[in-house]
Amino acid sequence: MDTAWVALALTLKVAGWATAINLVLGVAVGYALSRLRFRGRDVLDAILTLPMVLPPTVLGYYLLVLLGRHGAIGQWLKQNLGIQLIFTWQGAVIAASVVAFPLVFKAARASFENVEPSLEQAARVLGLSEVAVFFRITLPLAWRGILSGTLLAFARATGEFGATLMVAGSIVGETQTLSIAVYEAVQAGQDQTANFLVLVTSVSCLALLLSAGYLAPGRIAGQAQRGER
Amino acid sequence: MWQVELHSRLGQKESAFELSMAFKSNAQRLVLFGPSGAGKTQTLMMMAGLHTPQQGRVVFKDKVLFDSQSQFNLPSRLRALGYVFQDYALFPHLTVRQNIGFALQQGWLNPSAAHKDPSVNHWIEVFQLESIASLYPEQISGGQRQRTALARALVSQPEALLLDEPFAAMDRPLRLRLRSELLQLQADLSLPMVLITHDEEDMHAFAQEVIQVDKGRVVSDSNPSD
Repeated sequence: MDTAWVALALTLKVAGWATAINLVLGVAVGYALSRLRFRGRDVLDAILTLPMVLPPTVLGYYLLVLLGRHGAIGQWLKQNLGIQLIFTWQGAVIAASVVAFPLVFKAARASFENVEPSLEQAARVLGLSEVAVFFRITLPLAWRGILSGTLLAFARATGEFGATLMVAGSIVGETQTLSIAVYEAVQAGQDQTANFLVLVTSVSCLALLLSAGYLAPGRIAGQAQRGER
Repeated sequence: MWQVELHSRLGQKESAFELSMAFKSNAQRLVLFGPSGAGKTQTLMMMAGLHTPQQGRVVFKDKVLFDSQSQFNLPSRLRALGYVFQDYALFPHLTVRQNIGFALQQGWLNPSAAHKDPSVNHWIEVFQLESIASLYPEQISGGQRQRTALARALVSQPEALLLDEPFAAMDRPLRLRLRSELLQLQADLSLPMVLITHDEEDMHAFAQEVIQVDKGRVVSDSNPSD
């Protein structure tokens, strides 16, 4: 059973980092795309959403090409900083981040677009700077939608398999997350371990989904009220 | 008092129209009167700096707020104008008291629900909002929402108040009561007000000077100051 707890701890570490990264990047990019109008915005949105629809193995392959020993980014990191991402838990974090990014980004963009422009204008007339408008009006009105997207992203990162396996491999205690451990256990015929791993994974994902559903945007008083008008 | 000249192309494709407004006024109670879609709200927003016209000039009490020739555009937060939106635009995540005190706190945080600023208390008292001060906008009536919006605009001591169709969403008895309240308020504070409406009764009851607009242009001015 030890493998299970080690894998669970590693999974939470990888998914936690991936979610933290996505929260910052997804909110920033979602806000930018909801407010800025520029040529190619739709194309950029589609590219940023691709990880949600591409097969994880294809994503893993892209990441290998970019981050691998001969990849553009991988080579630069190795030569200048001595960092190698392939077959490390940090590599698993990157794989999980890329796969889960669209969930935060999409939720953030939709939530920001739902904020009534007149509320931001009212805050401006009342003397607030743009930064203050963001933190006092825009973000508080959008945060529930963002949070529910973030929880989904965490769940997605927890269950990530294909891209992680290709980029980080399956090293016990280093890159072997729950989903990969399940695969390995089944392959090795360790049914008891597999059963336990599957149970742990299912329970934690169910808990996540329940909390994400509870925070769904439809439940916000302010937004429901505006929808009635 | 007001010197306004605005030129802008608005809307897209079929609904596009040319806004070309010019008026001067010294009235304490100025009414922009016209049918919906005449460009009244756009004009008011441009005066407040919420929209930027392509060309023009806005001057209030010898203070230039906007001048396209010298590319000067004072941000709306520095224009010291109060604005009451047609749907009041009360912040749904803040209580009535927090909404009213909103402008008094300028940092990155909203005022707390328990703050007891004297000027906030003053306006809560004037508009008789004591009993609902801790409620959220969705929990109060239309008339209370309007009073909250007025109080919120007045707390920051603006130099003029711009009102977009303030009585549009109200039934007749409430409309009459709030109209007289607003007139009283204007007289008490001697605060210049610009009100836009499509309702003839509102116009007659409130206006010192009427500027009639249609299709983005001034049709007539009841008190031409030239």
